[in-house]
Amino acid sequence: MNRKTLFIVVAGSMLLIFGVAAVLFQNYKAEQQSVSISKSTAFERAGAPVKGPSDAKVTIVEFLDPACETCRDFYPLMQQFIDQYPGQVKVMVRYAPLHPGSDQVVKMLEAAHRQKQFWQALELLFASQERWVINHAAQPMRAQAILESLRLNQEQFSADRNGSEVAAVIQQDIQDGQRFNVRATPEFFVNGRPMLDFSYENLSRLVKEAVAAAY
Amino acid sequence: MNNNNWINETSRGWMVLFVAWIVVTSATLGSLFFSEVMGVPVCVLCWYQRIALYPLTAILAIGLFPYDPKVVRYATPLVGVGWFVALFHVLLVAGIIPKGIRPCVQGIPCSETHFSLFGFLTIPLMSLLTFTLIGFLLFYAQRMKLK
Repeated sequence: MNRKTLFIVVAGSMLLIFGVAAVLFQNYKAEQQSVSISKSTAFERAGAPVKGPSDAKVTIVEFLDPACETCRDFYPLMQQFIDQYPGQVKVMVRYAPLHPGSDQVVKMLEAAHRQKQFWQALELLFASQERWVINHAAQPMRAQAILESLRLNQEQFSADRNGSEVAAVIQQDIQDGQRFNVRATPEFFVNGRPMLDFSYENLSRLVKEAVAAAY
Repeated sequence: MNNNNWINETSRGWMVLFVAWIVVTSATLGSLFFSEVMGVPVCVLCWYQRIALYPLTAILAIGLFPYDPKVVRYATPLVGVGWFVALFHVLLVAGIIPKGIRPCVQGIPCSETHFSLFGFLTIPLMSLLTFTLIGFLLFYAQRMKLK
């Protein structure tokens, strides 16, 4: 064997190994996805904020971080899904406070949820995100100031956000997030199926397939 | 070239350079596997290291056919830059360099690591070790430049 042949054989082998590994990995991911279909409700949490008809058979569980820009960009699309499949799709939000400072802000959101103002609070925070997220870090004091324009019982709000019940809810969402490998936000599970490649097209497709399967 | 006896001919230099090329290409394919197949996010510092690493696959290959030991001269600046960026990245992840200096944008903080082997081998650390290895191999090839 001369040098050129050696080089070609080695280069070819490496490319082959890469290709095989990529295929094996994709199969592994697909298997993971099919396993999670059987546990579709494991992604949901009782009492989590839900938008859309409660008897809808397709649930999009979204792990989000209010400080995350992509979450903010995706938020209007959630309503679009609800509108696109009337009566069939609902969206459930769970907390994944990955940005620094977000853990304080999600406590405020959960406290607002207890006063039935979750969606208003979330929309307010998204709309003014650049005012309370500086350099990708959440500033809880600024977020709180923004939420003051909501008609909330401030005493109850303070008590709730610092209370143990809210802390437990956040903790459960964080733990489940880690269990489900939520490493970046937003992370979507449509009736238990995770989105493998992040894109709006993929999410639409998952929702469409879930609706077709359920109805 | 004498096909039967080539391995008896000198060129340990060539062999060492070939091994360096294998390391460079494996690292290139490995990093692409992480980002394109496994979906691990790529932060700014990783991109700079890739800029230093990826061209070496072509540069070293060209230096192999025909064998030109001077290729080590041309490869060294890239290896050097890559090594220093990897070092900076490792120190950042370790918290030795404060986060205020980090040059990251787009919400992928360079101080976060998403993947590690054996509990301590993060991707930035693997990168630093790889550049170190390539550096040693090139240095060794340079000293072996027989034939």
